[in-house]
Amino acid sequence: MKTRYSFGGDEHIFVEMDEEMSLDAFFKSLSMTNAVREAKIDGVTEVCPANASFQVKYDPDRIKPDDMLAELKALEHTAESAEKRLNTRIVEFPVYYQDPWTHETLMRFRDRHQDPSGSDLDYAARINGFDTVADFITAHHSAPWFVSMVGFVSGLPFLYQLVERKRQLEVPKYVRPRTDTPKQTVGYGGCFSCIYSVRGAGGYQMFGITPVTIFDPKQETSYLSDFMVYFKPGDLVKFTPISREEYDATLAEVQANRYTPRVAEVEFDLEAFNADMDGFNKKLMGALNDV
Amino acid sequence: MTFKVLNTGLLTTIQDLGRPGYFHLGIPISGAMDRLSLRAANLLVGNDQGAAALETVFMGPQLEFEKDAMVAVTGAELPPRVDGEEKPTWTAFKVKAGQVLSFDYLREGARAYIAISGGITTDVYLGSRSTYAIGALGGFEGRALAVGDMVPFGDNGKAKEGRSLDKSLRRMPGNPAELRVLPGLYWRLITEEAGRNFFDDEWKVAPEADRMGVRFRGGRPMSFKEREQPFGAGSDPSNIVDGCYSYGSIQVPGGSEPIVLHRDAVSGGGYFTLGAVISADMDLIGQLQPHTPTRFVKVDMDQALAARKERTALRGRIEDALK
Repeated sequence: MKTRYSFGGDEHIFVEMDEEMSLDAFFKSLSMTNAVREAKIDGVTEVCPANASFQVKYDPDRIKPDDMLAELKALEHTAESAEKRLNTRIVEFPVYYQDPWTHETLMRFRDRHQDPSGSDLDYAARINGFDTVADFITAHHSAPWFVSMVGFVSGLPFLYQLVERKRQLEVPKYVRPRTDTPKQTVGYGGCFSCIYSVRGAGGYQMFGITPVTIFDPKQETSYLSDFMVYFKPGDLVKFTPISREEYDATLAEVQANRYTPRVAEVEFDLEAFNADMDGFNKKLMGALNDV
Repeated sequence: MTFKVLNTGLLTTIQDLGRPGYFHLGIPISGAMDRLSLRAANLLVGNDQGAAALETVFMGPQLEFEKDAMVAVTGAELPPRVDGEEKPTWTAFKVKAGQVLSFDYLREGARAYIAISGGITTDVYLGSRSTYAIGALGGFEGRALAVGDMVPFGDNGKAKEGRSLDKSLRRMPGNPAELRVLPGLYWRLITEEAGRNFFDDEWKVAPEADRMGVRFRGGRPMSFKEREQPFGAGSDPSNIVDGCYSYGSIQVPGGSEPIVLHRDAVSGGGYFTLGAVISADMDLIGQLQPHTPTRFVKVDMDQALAARKERTALRGRIEDALK
């Protein structure tokens, strides 16, 4: 892992823990962003953690860019020794794969795609070596996911699948991003799943849709009354495939404000996970059965 | 006190100086695209510089005032009219109860700021009244103005009719426009030649330009250095492991059309960025019309900071002039 620092104009410093994605890089970035917040460096205005990197926005009238850079570099060793353990929660999210709405959208943007001849799922299944789309979908929901970043648009979670590297699914982003994506689309780009929190632009391949609201600026949704954004980094997610009928029924529940995502408190310990991924995942997903 | 929206223009939103503090959740700073113009408009009508005003693009709205107010229009040259009578821009003028404020055709720039004495007083969300339409946050019911909206405004009693800002204190992009860029972020992914071309080529503002970002066309496509894509990035050479985006940063999906991220920027994503437009030039981007020829000018950090200082000094001169 090699840390790389770069200025983003005169108001930002971008810090990449590693060029490639890994949970180690994520944990190091998380620890470092925590250390930056705790250090209360004068001039820092925003700290934005990402998957394997983070960004600090600062006011160059209050601290010189080179001084800010030196402050950040000085915090790197703290991050290296930080614990890779989190008290967190696992949440179940129903997904209606191959839904008509993302299908309509992806057909509209075929000219921006690597392979205009099929669907995003056809393409993703093929380049990941699956014989059928169904097998690919199974791989997508059979192991849990880790929220490694929140952002892009309001409250959108980026999710990293908790499986060994060789089982991880990988797809490129659209050649040119779309100008439209249905709200709550389950997307895929690089090694990340995401749930688009709002309708709008997007570059990820589209696989399905969830009926569950994850961003509510009015905070009328019962489980978003404390804050308008549902996810935070470190949350765990289990995707459960659902049919059109289940989708419609769940959506009706959500709209009537009678729905609450199924959630269980769990601990995520990177060492324990690395020692026995399947066993650890079984325990994680099993926690939802007790809810 | 309210004004009624009779016609919305193309896109009119409520904006102030924005909503810092939530970018880590994907909620951008938002606020006026051209902040200096917003500040000037507010000062002209005796408001705090950061009061909420209207930002309108290309075509002005038509507003009927329920109460007397002082109004100033700055930024793009979009001449205001009161009951049909033309009023000067960058100057405070009176609109009486029952009168209609409308606008003539756009002469220069892209975004005009309409400040009203007392400021717009819609609810504050996460510290700001700015409209972030993508997230349905702030502004008037989380969206751009619609016909029939009754928009509330305050009363400051400090507004003086005829107060005006001298031409020398207004700033608009030239033609061709020049945007100063500090290379960095993922600059290292493109070839030396691509880097040179980026600064040598003349780009044109594409029609897809909004508060989120402004796209440019016309330059040569970018070539990338040979490398094995890092795990998790995706196979296109313009793909990276999704990270944070800086305001002003320039992403080039597929290496073809640079997009400069602006006030309603997405907070991160998986396309490489080659650097960022410096803070001093961000306001100018908000005033670019589609098809405007644009050159990106390479600067270093010292030049970026010097430009920032100049801009702060200009702000000081505007404040002094409108005290």
